[in-house]
Amino acid sequence: MPANKPSEIDTATVRRIARLARIAVKDAELPALAKELGGILAWVAVLDEVDTAAVAPMASVHDEVLRWREDRVTDGGYSADIVANAPAQEAGFFAVPKVVE
Amino acid sequence: MNLPASISEARARLADRTLSANELVRAELKAMAAARPLNAFITETPEIALAMAGESDRRLARGEARALEGIPLAIKDLFCTKGVLTTAASHILDGFQPTYESTVTRKLWEAGAILLGKTNLDEFAMGSSNESSHYGPVKSPWRRAGDNRPLTPGGSSGGSAAAVAAGLALGATGTDTGGSIRQPAAVSGVVGLKPTYGRCSRWGIVAFASSLDQAGPFARNVRDAAVLLRSMAGFDPQDSTSADRPVPDYELACERPARGIKVGVPGEYRVAGMPPEIEALWQRGCDWLKAAGAEVVEVSLPHTKYALPAYYIVAPAEASSNLARYDGVRYGLRVPGEDIQQMYEKTRAAGFGCEVRRRVLIGTYVLSAGYYDAYYVKAQKLRRLIKQDFQAAFGRVDAILTPTTPGPAFALGEKADDPIAMYLNDVFTVTANLAGLPGISVPAGLSADGLPLGLQLLGPAFAEETILTLAAELERAASFTARPEPWWRLP
Amino acid sequence: MSRDASKLVAAASGPWEVVIGLEVHAQVTSAAKLFSGAATAFGAAPNAQVSLVDAAMPGMLPVINRVCVEQAVKTGLGLAAEINRVSVFDRKNYFYPDLPAGYQISQYKQPIVGKGRLLIDLADGTTREVGITRLHLEQDAGKSLHDQHPRHSYVDLNRAGVALMEIVSEPDMRSAEEAGAYLRKLRAILRYLGTCDGNMEEGSLRADVNVSVRRPGEGYGTRCEIKNVNSIRFVQQAIDYEAKRQIALIEDGGSVKQQTRLFDSRTGSTREMRSKEEAHDYRYFPDPDLLPLELSEAFISGLSASLPELPDAKKARFMRELALNAYDASVLVAEKETADYFEALAQGRDAKVAANWLTGDLFGHLNRLGKGIADSPVSAARLGELLDLLTAGSISGRAAKDVLAEMVDSGQSAKAIVETKGLTQVSDSDAIEGLIDEVIAGNADKVGQYRAGKEPLLGWFVGQVMKASRGKANPALANELLRKKLAS
Ligand SMILES: [Mg+2]
Ligand SMILES: [Zn+2]
Repeated sequence: MPANKPSEIDTATVRRIARLARIAVKDAELPALAKELGGILAWVAVLDEVDTAAVAPMASVHDEVLRWREDRVTDGGYSADIVANAPAQEAGFFAVPKVVE
Repeated sequence: MNLPASISEARARLADRTLSANELVRAELKAMAAARPLNAFITETPEIALAMAGESDRRLARGEARALEGIPLAIKDLFCTKGVLTTAASHILDGFQPTYESTVTRKLWEAGAILLGKTNLDEFAMGSSNESSHYGPVKSPWRRAGDNRPLTPGGSSGGSAAAVAAGLALGATGTDTGGSIRQPAAVSGVVGLKPTYGRCSRWGIVAFASSLDQAGPFARNVRDAAVLLRSMAGFDPQDSTSADRPVPDYELACERPARGIKVGVPGEYRVAGMPPEIEALWQRGCDWLKAAGAEVVEVSLPHTKYALPAYYIVAPAEASSNLARYDGVRYGLRVPGEDIQQMYEKTRAAGFGCEVRRRVLIGTYVLSAGYYDAYYVKAQKLRRLIKQDFQAAFGRVDAILTPTTPGPAFALGEKADDPIAMYLNDVFTVTANLAGLPGISVPAGLSADGLPLGLQLLGPAFAEETILTLAAELERAASFTARPEPWWRLP
Repeated sequence: MSRDASKLVAAASGPWEVVIGLEVHAQVTSAAKLFSGAATAFGAAPNAQVSLVDAAMPGMLPVINRVCVEQAVKTGLGLAAEINRVSVFDRKNYFYPDLPAGYQISQYKQPIVGKGRLLIDLADGTTREVGITRLHLEQDAGKSLHDQHPRHSYVDLNRAGVALMEIVSEPDMRSAEEAGAYLRKLRAILRYLGTCDGNMEEGSLRADVNVSVRRPGEGYGTRCEIKNVNSIRFVQQAIDYEAKRQIALIEDGGSVKQQTRLFDSRTGSTREMRSKEEAHDYRYFPDPDLLPLELSEAFISGLSASLPELPDAKKARFMRELALNAYDASVLVAEKETADYFEALAQGRDAKVAANWLTGDLFGHLNRLGKGIADSPVSAARLGELLDLLTAGSISGRAAKDVLAEMVDSGQSAKAIVETKGLTQVSDSDAIEGLIDEVIAGNADKVGQYRAGKEPLLGWFVGQVMKASRGKANPALANELLRKKLAS
């Protein structure tokens, strides 16, 4: 088992994770969240009991192989539907606050 | 008019024209409106229901009835329905009206079923009590004997379970990612079936955890569940994980004898602290199946105790990615910000409730650099071991019998501030999701304080027929007839 | 790898070596997108070529396009690369407005194509091998327009979900010239294979350029990645600028910071990207909406058998079978259209003559017109007719050049031009002898000198005969007859 798991999760980590997930978290919420997430991570750490060195990870329960679509244009052509639910749209585009590259 | 007690009965009465689809729908709409204190529906769709009933009556008159002609259903608000608000019980999908119809609901409408409304659920199907809904919790139609405190209908498909239990719909759809059909079915006293992963298309169902999510029916009885599943199931080329194999006539399976079927009882499910009444119920289930000629043997599923922790890595990981699309750009809620990043952060902070936020953060953490192998890969390895446990067991037996839940419905608020205590509700159901197997919960008795309890049957992949045969047997033996007192009906 | 010293950059403190690796995003040629049935065509109205899947509507699921898989495998075979029998699609998670799902479906740990190689052709006629690290399939993002509104960016998802092949090279290049040669060769191979149109203006081929500098013989320096450069010239400018910048930084006692940078084509410089400042954590994991992609031996060998002849093989064949030299052969195979044109032209004709007329005369005209071989006003068949007239001696070489110019301008056939202009070469001995007699009669002094031993005068006599024939006399015949007459 990689010795990668912290025994606790600190508020800086919660802040970093929340930033990655793009969820604003107030500073005042951080300690409680850290405790909560730490509790869950401690609980799932029971998996470390199992020696899985020889086990391949399983991403899908399926035994089947990936099916392929034929290369035909069968979709699109309904831009009005695409932007129908948009909070802001202009001239058929989605509009968002300006992004600076 | 007295409402039909089941889909089978409704079908017969619609066919012999002693009941019209319009009458049936009007009666259900009335019951639904009268049951608003249950908060089972987020959106009621009476106009659509009546229009669909009109079409059904015309077809019935022409003798062109389809498999579910005129049958009113409640649809979990996780299924996208064209032109009808679809929320996933989340603030972040405010006002979202899909321009498309999910494959499962499309198939139901093509079979003649009728949309009554969209049922309440835990936000993004994350929960076991319906308390994480942005639209408030569903109240179970059931109450403890001599106790008026509101109880949970279970979750996440709590609204669907409650609607069927309270007689507001003849059947309902749900989705089951870790037990979200079977657990609410069990604590609400109805039948709930989670099919094999890939049996029903996921296209158009708001995704929670893609490798685990599976749609299935709620019904008053096993046969109705079989009837509904037959129309919901089937290959969908739009879902790469959909199984390309024929759909059997599940209804026939309900008629078959259980004699000779080998049923396994996994010792590992006899968890420490299991209430005696659950233990006793399980034993009764074994006895009933034996009496019906099935053979009951002990089996071992050694990695059972790791299923729930593995699930709470895999499901949040997938969810953290699946929910990234809710960013305020293309649909749903947008909270303005100074710049795009602030808009994302504010929108997602306001749009997601506590449980969703918790899982998105956990999922983000277990996938993040440095932790991926220690958590995510580890959980995927356990998942393989759990699947192998089942494969080994199904080398010896045809099905597995367990309790559905570790106990009856609990009171709203009772487990609200202990996430792990809440997660433990799914301890018996989550294994089937990790292994992609079919499972069904059948009402099998009442707890000491008069609440429904369910038994669960699990089968090998695509052995829905086997578990339906056994479930029908349990149903006959248990003859569960209890119904909740309709306390919710306004005088 | 040993390098010749001419590749090194001289600086005050001594020579530096520039190390370059390229990540090329090549748009797969396909009718529909990688995971949806929406069209890929360029230039549609905003959000018109967008499916619900491309817009990441709730509940939408990807289904992979067979042709995109085939194109990736073909490209892998064309790069002499390993084709992985099993590959996996992963999600690369990050937030950006033109990335609708909040993740890009890409391939991370198990790409469809593994290690391969590419031979680059350098200006001095030599070739060098550049290693290919991998090729993977992934989705393109949509397009953000930042200059349409003072406070908003606009998002168009028409490109979102279009299949890209990301082709990653080893850091094997040492100069802008080599990087340019790599891109030209890669583009040629993609075009030969028909797996990418290679159109850089429309963004079908974009390069992320990784540049670092080091002292010869030392380990790799810290690299900077210049994102999304969309022309070969810009790639070369970016490398030169970036190498100078990094060398200056280090020589000033500073150090290079690993960065993502943008190339500004107006100033020819690079600058740090603001939006990418943040450290990335893409949280790759296998996409649970898809299963592993498995390829059968039969599928791969079928594609392998269908591969066209590629530039290197064609060049070798031209040298071997048509006795062309290495330089001519590489010029002819550099673009598939040129090679096709040449092969049509050389069919049944002298290959060397065909090569000269194509790369010399016709290319000259095309250059003048700013046209490519694909839209040459003179087809291979038409140019062939001209060469046939020349070979048959019906026109002179001199006249042929004029005829070609006329063909380019008027689009008429060689025969028609030769006839209307009366350019048919005179190969009738009697007629030419008549002209020769006239010239001899009128230049007795020169005849005397010739006969006295001043043999180089023969050329002058030929010129006089040609002039008298207004260029129509067959010069070879005139030459031969003159010799006889002057000798007698
Ligand atoms: Mg790159
Ligand atoms: Zn890429």
